[in-house]
Amino acid sequence: MSEKVKEWPGTALKEDDITEKRVLSTEWHPNLKYAWDTGIGYGRYFAELKKGRIIGTRCNKCRRVLLPARVFCEWCFRTVDEWVYLEDTGTVNTFSIAYTDWVANRIEEPQIPALIEIDGSGGVAIMHLIGEVDPWKVKIGMRVKAVWKPEGEREGAITDIKYWKPVDE
Amino acid sequence: MLPRVAIVGIGFSSFRSITPDISFKEMMFEAATRAYEDAGVCPQQDIDGFVTCEEDFAHGRSIFSIHTPDNLGAVLKPIHTIPGDGIYGLAAGYMQISTGLMSIVAVESHSKASNMLTPNYLIAHALDPVYNKPLGYNPYFIAGMEMNRYLFETGTTKEQCALVAVKNKLNALLNPQAVYGERITADEVLGSEMMFYPLSRLDMSSPADGGIVMVLASEEKAKALTDKPIWIRGIGWCSDTPGLETREGGEAVYAHLAGDMAYKMADIKHPRKEIDFVEIDDTFSYKELQHLEALKLCRRGEAGALVEEGATQRDGEFPVNVSGGSLGVGHLVEATGLQRVLEVVLQLRGEAGKRQLSNVKVGLAQSWRGIPTNSGAAIILSRE
Amino acid sequence: MRKVAIVGAGMTKFVRRSLETGKELSWQAAKMALDSCQLTLDDVDCVVMGTAPDAFDMIHMKAEYLSDGAGAWRKPYMRGFVGGGTGVFVADQGWYHVASGLFDTCLVVAEEKMSCCLPHPQGAFITCWDQFTESPLGTSLLWFFAWEMNRYMNAHGITEREIALVAVKNKKNAMNHPCAQLAAEITVDDVLNSEIMAWPVKRLDVSPTSDGAVAIVLAAEHVAKRISDKPVWIEGVGWCLDTMYIGQRDLYYPRYVEYAARMAYNMAGIKEPSKEINIAEPYDPFDYKELHHMEGLLLCGKGEAARLTADGVTQRTGNLPTCPSGGALGVGNAIAATGLMKVAELFWQLRGEAGKRQVPGKPKKGVAQAWGDEMQVGTVIVLGV
Repeated sequence: MSEKVKEWPGTALKEDDITEKRVLSTEWHPNLKYAWDTGIGYGRYFAELKKGRIIGTRCNKCRRVLLPARVFCEWCFRTVDEWVYLEDTGTVNTFSIAYTDWVANRIEEPQIPALIEIDGSGGVAIMHLIGEVDPWKVKIGMRVKAVWKPEGEREGAITDIKYWKPVDE
Repeated sequence: MLPRVAIVGIGFSSFRSITPDISFKEMMFEAATRAYEDAGVCPQQDIDGFVTCEEDFAHGRSIFSIHTPDNLGAVLKPIHTIPGDGIYGLAAGYMQISTGLMSIVAVESHSKASNMLTPNYLIAHALDPVYNKPLGYNPYFIAGMEMNRYLFETGTTKEQCALVAVKNKLNALLNPQAVYGERITADEVLGSEMMFYPLSRLDMSSPADGGIVMVLASEEKAKALTDKPIWIRGIGWCSDTPGLETREGGEAVYAHLAGDMAYKMADIKHPRKEIDFVEIDDTFSYKELQHLEALKLCRRGEAGALVEEGATQRDGEFPVNVSGGSLGVGHLVEATGLQRVLEVVLQLRGEAGKRQLSNVKVGLAQSWRGIPTNSGAAIILSRE
Repeated sequence: MRKVAIVGAGMTKFVRRSLETGKELSWQAAKMALDSCQLTLDDVDCVVMGTAPDAFDMIHMKAEYLSDGAGAWRKPYMRGFVGGGTGVFVADQGWYHVASGLFDTCLVVAEEKMSCCLPHPQGAFITCWDQFTESPLGTSLLWFFAWEMNRYMNAHGITEREIALVAVKNKKNAMNHPCAQLAAEITVDDVLNSEIMAWPVKRLDVSPTSDGAVAIVLAAEHVAKRISDKPVWIEGVGWCLDTMYIGQRDLYYPRYVEYAARMAYNMAGIKEPSKEINIAEPYDPFDYKELHHMEGLLLCGKGEAARLTADGVTQRTGNLPTCPSGGALGVGNAIAATGLMKVAELFWQLRGEAGKRQVPGKPKKGVAQAWGDEMQVGTVIVLGV
């Protein structure tokens, strides 16, 4: 049937068709605000970040560390057995060098987002940013350490860690 | 002949107006753990499929399905999200089992309405972007408009609508899960702040948080898992025109067609006689009356008289919303339909405590997706 | 199990921004699909809608708004949504509507109007991730693909050059697709020299954002045989979601695609997919994803997909034509609509109606796959004649 169709519907517009008002359009600015309850797991995770510590939990049945900390194991579907403090050092599992931001604008200074395996967790990674390094020198397997915000500036959020920087070991 | 599917497990977290102590993930885990315990199943080993009923913007995420598998024990299993009311989820579970591909399916929905700080803007965000959003009105005017038309077309009075609020909030006092149980009078409802004429404040339900999970099973599995399977006799769902300008005034056509589909499947010819009690949508007091008529449980325009006569009271001849409905329990957003089904299941199992109805064998639960939609679903459950 | 077939299909052009509203795009695709098998809305028992984030069209509960455009007036209407996996999933969902015995026909529509989201549709993704631990970092969608591409290259020693061959192939294939948005003859060097968005992802590695809609008509066996000269049977369906905690798994391999594929292959009775599948339409929002997904679909061993591409096996004239449509890279990535476009492509290919895109040799079995969420969804369908 596809070869028999002569005219395919759909009309392409250019951006300035709208800005130059060659076609009618309407705008809407949504006002949507949320305040999400962090609950028990994330609540403690962020409270510990505020104190400059990374905490996870452990499920003794599958013997995994769960990070970010959460109170039930998604595999065994049971509550976890204990909280475990982890190091604030780790290994780069994967990374990128981003020249565009989240809304697709180009940025001059590239960001280096990465998945960092946290020491003490048995290879579990969290996502964060790498800094204080030439982006093109970052490698999978590189060792890094967290750079924290000063204690007075921490809020109990993932951004209490500013970024991770390479360490020589 | 369609295969028989039953509800074999139910679980829920406490319904409250705010739930600051737990995250939505922990809420889902709580409801799921209880449901799986009730059904006697283990999610990774026994459950073949999962369905969650969530709308992105209600939760403030742009792809809610991301956050679902971990909280239900569904990691690396066939799970999908239906942006819709919980009864749609039961329909999806029912269909998946009827194909023969699956034998046990879990269905989930939850509300964290307390986390949504600008609910009026959320509803406004659902309006047609070209015709309706630019008006910039508080979207609840749509309910006021419909109520106005409904009263005009059927001769139902505001007093009769107020009696629905009185009944449901009173019923809620016997429901330990209900958030807004209260003894009020019709005068208090009529005298409450006028919000969107003719809708007064006490005609409108308030939001609540809570999560519900149900486990469905094929006939063979159901009989092995429980001695109290609650059978799905019929199910239906329907969407009428979404346009505010093109809808049928004061009639809930979506409920009428969804009901018909369910009745046909259940081979029910005289709903009022063959169904013992119903749990139907009462997001606004007039909706309960409108839905009673649409579901052919009384004649057009008769619902007002029924509530006035006390026929739909807990001890009346045709109990409606014994749980307290949304007016009494709280409006649970997409989980509302599941709350109604929960009540029907508890009643049919004889587990409804102080509000237990006697000798009930067949119940109907119905939901509406709320403004500005024209969609809803219905399900008929029975002990045999 | 009740047999279900696809008996008709239709789609709109995929464009960066369409004049038509989402409602109108849905209508255009749905009407074309119905016309293609000479059915009317009266013949349609139920409607299933697949459309990805409401944040694109910027309408809460957007399927309600789209419902009349999709032909769902006064019909049982349900939406399915698993992020980017939606396009193939809704075909699976339509399947279970008809296979359940509840309905004899089903109209499946997939629509996306990404251009409404300003300043750029990519912005709609920041609110996908975990609102507590991820979004506050300014998490861009591209980071995930870059991490995964990096991990995949690192695990198998595959180069950007090898991966770029997929972009070249698909954009070239798309030149024969009448609805294609970004069809072009490009070279590997064009890809390698295109601007870095988030290394290793470069501009020409990425598919464009699009507006578009696709629709297919499903029918139970007794109806399909009556109205269609060559129904295309749905032989297998599968879907699967992995954990959202990407730190707890390795991105180099999409195991959730494998699980979904096994579910579908089991149902279809396929034991050796690499031999029994004649055409593959894996989801290719980025060029390396086609390779990633081919491995997940068990069409080749882990790390082998790049070699198959280099050897020309995945060309239209090769042994395993992959994305003969031109894929998301060439036709456009209207998320849900692109997934269903791949299903429609298999429909036309298996009926020998794909015109200049036709894969030679009378293909009998095809697999289409979509993917999405936080690198965690696999949705698969197996079709056969």
